[in-house]
Amino acid sequence: MASLRQIAFYGKGGIGKSTTSQNTLAALAEMGQKILIVGCDPKADSTRLILHAKAQNSVLSLAAEAGSIEDLELEDVLKVGYRDIKCVESGGPEPGVGCAGRGVITSINFLEENGAYNGVDYVSYDVLGDVVCGGFAMPIRENKAQEIYIVMSGEMMALYAANNISKGILKYASSGGVRLGGLICNSRMTDKELDLSEAMAKKLGSKLIHFVPRDNIVQHAELRRMTVLEYDPESKQAEEYRQLARKIHENGGKGTIPTPITMEELEEMLMEFGILKPEDETIVGQAKAKVA
Amino acid sequence: MEAEAKAARKQMIADVLAEYPAKTAKKRGKHLNVFEEGNTDCGVKSNIKSIPGVMTVRGCAYAGAKGVVWGPIKDVVHISHGPVGCGQYSWGQRRNYVSGAVMGVNSWVAMQVTSDFQEKDIVFGGDKKLVKVIDEIEAMFPLNKGISVMSECPVGLIGDDIEAVAKKKSKEIGKFIAPVRCEGFRGVSQSLGHHIANDVMRDYMIDPAAGKEEPGFESTPYDILIVGDYNIGGDAWASRILLEEMGLRVIGQWSGDASVAEVERAPKVKLNLIHCYRSMNYICRHMEEKYAVPWFEFNFFGPTRIARSLRAIAEHFDDKIKEGAEQVIAKYAPLAEAVVAKYRPRLEGKKVMLYVGGLRPRHVADAYADLGMEVTATGYEFAHADDYQRTTKYVKDGTVVYDDASEFELERIAQALKPDLVGSGIKEKYGTQKLGFPFRQMHSWDYSGPYHGYDGFAVFARDMDLAINNPVWRMSKAPWKAA
Repeated sequence: MASLRQIAFYGKGGIGKSTTSQNTLAALAEMGQKILIVGCDPKADSTRLILHAKAQNSVLSLAAEAGSIEDLELEDVLKVGYRDIKCVESGGPEPGVGCAGRGVITSINFLEENGAYNGVDYVSYDVLGDVVCGGFAMPIRENKAQEIYIVMSGEMMALYAANNISKGILKYASSGGVRLGGLICNSRMTDKELDLSEAMAKKLGSKLIHFVPRDNIVQHAELRRMTVLEYDPESKQAEEYRQLARKIHENGGKGTIPTPITMEELEEMLMEFGILKPEDETIVGQAKAKVA
Repeated sequence: MEAEAKAARKQMIADVLAEYPAKTAKKRGKHLNVFEEGNTDCGVKSNIKSIPGVMTVRGCAYAGAKGVVWGPIKDVVHISHGPVGCGQYSWGQRRNYVSGAVMGVNSWVAMQVTSDFQEKDIVFGGDKKLVKVIDEIEAMFPLNKGISVMSECPVGLIGDDIEAVAKKKSKEIGKFIAPVRCEGFRGVSQSLGHHIANDVMRDYMIDPAAGKEEPGFESTPYDILIVGDYNIGGDAWASRILLEEMGLRVIGQWSGDASVAEVERAPKVKLNLIHCYRSMNYICRHMEEKYAVPWFEFNFFGPTRIARSLRAIAEHFDDKIKEGAEQVIAKYAPLAEAVVAKYRPRLEGKKVMLYVGGLRPRHVADAYADLGMEVTATGYEFAHADDYQRTTKYVKDGTVVYDDASEFELERIAQALKPDLVGSGIKEKYGTQKLGFPFRQMHSWDYSGPYHGYDGFAVFARDMDLAINNPVWRMSKAPWKAA
């Protein structure tokens, strides 16, 4: 068995991380890779398309029921879905209470200690949109994911997020082995999206791994809680995900230490591409009534 | 003190600082000084974050709120809310003596009640568990008069809404439940914990109860309250006797041996007498502003200060009380004289180095002076600027003053000053004794006490004599060095 590849998908909330990652991982499974998905989002929806259902038994909800995490067995939380992809959801508290970050740490430690990573080629972490605290940075710490793939688009906030995530990777890159695998553009059909994505990747000292075009078939598959690979393996979009999977597979060990840019540089770049208009300093802080 | 001797002490401080890395030396240099008579403060910075690695002896906000201010209130059940460690290590409380109550029935001072957070309480929040703990307390300890929720660090980190739980459960059980946000990471020492505890006491006990009729309680013109005496070894009782003998009525003592009723009736007093200014001045100031109750900082250590305080307290009242004060002073004069006659010859000229908490670094100075002893160095763990201003009225010219001293500094200063007695806490005790210095714990009175009042002075003098003149110190020199 080749050595275990640990990868993670990060990106702005709502950018399509879970959809992109599950489709890509389904394509990797098609290539014969044995996959484990670790959902690190309290919503526990990172494995929905693989399992055809929202995972009911997350690590943390079962641990809470059983009394403590030590009372859990791996079989209780490990579900097997499309093409034998193993799925685990970390789960977590409902919004507004407790500490979801601590939950991610607890879950990942549990999985490691109980041998969930044995016999798989890939472990993929799907992390919620904003890396708000140390818990959600857990997958990029030492001995966890070696490559981070940032899902983004040509929208301004997605680019901001990509830059911020790169800062997080940089922080841990020197102490551990984590690298930026590359950017994945999940197209929103914005102006000059491909060029902008490539330019952004270059700025970050990385590359655009793949440009995933927008296609309604993704939504059709999702309504059926399926990946495109399973719903319509012959489709053009399925082929796109296969390409992405191949590129990720060939990208092992080729990740880079990101070079995040300053806010000014980022805004300059956005202006260059016409995403951001130059600021008119005279209108800053002026209420509507006053201007009129 | 002569200029030369003073310069030598300044050099001693410079020598201590020289051992530090430059940055640490610069920072610590602001906390060490030799007092110049006539100055309005001690010339040291205070209430600043400790430097990591220097082995500070400070505590945390939880220690200040639970361990000092709230913990001694006897008929309240205090929950250490969070993981088990904080409560476990503070189990037994300080020696806050309690009267007229049975532990576990109507007093819970020395008991540990904790919500014992587990991983799942962190991840999913601990509010549900808090509800359960409160229900269990009500079932097990129905005679409790209220509950305090002492928040440990994780509760603040995960953002539990203990205020909402307290409000809801308080309505249910018909008693106050006070959420105390004393997470240990707040502030630089236990001092912020005192302040938070005072504020919660104001918001959940004093103000809500103000104006409430207390059956069987009638105000008199002589009602006073002892504030900030934690009754270590019965200190507050030894103080209370004197105040009562001079004709005053002590309607509460905070918070050593305090009850909820004593706290709630506080706004009805005529005068608040504050013992530990640092830990409870906040509530005195509040009562002054809101209920027009004046407050006065008194000192019942040693006959000189006791007499001065008794007269100053009497000034707030009529001639009857003033006469009463004189009678009390006269009554105990023979006792005090006998103590001095017995111990002064054994203690005359002995030098003391102190390092303690709230008020003792200054308040005990004249009790030592009554025995012919002199405080040559003193300092506070968690004082503020106003404490060091107050200290100027006690210390002599040339006294070494240190703020938030490290173990290293204390050791080196002791070795340089060669005091006859060191008075500090349990963390300093054994190291100091191994250096060959007699030692007394001045937080816990070394499990002795009381030290307050005339009765306490006798115990104090005996204990200092026991420590200093213990024959063991004559045997502590190696035989080959003794010659």
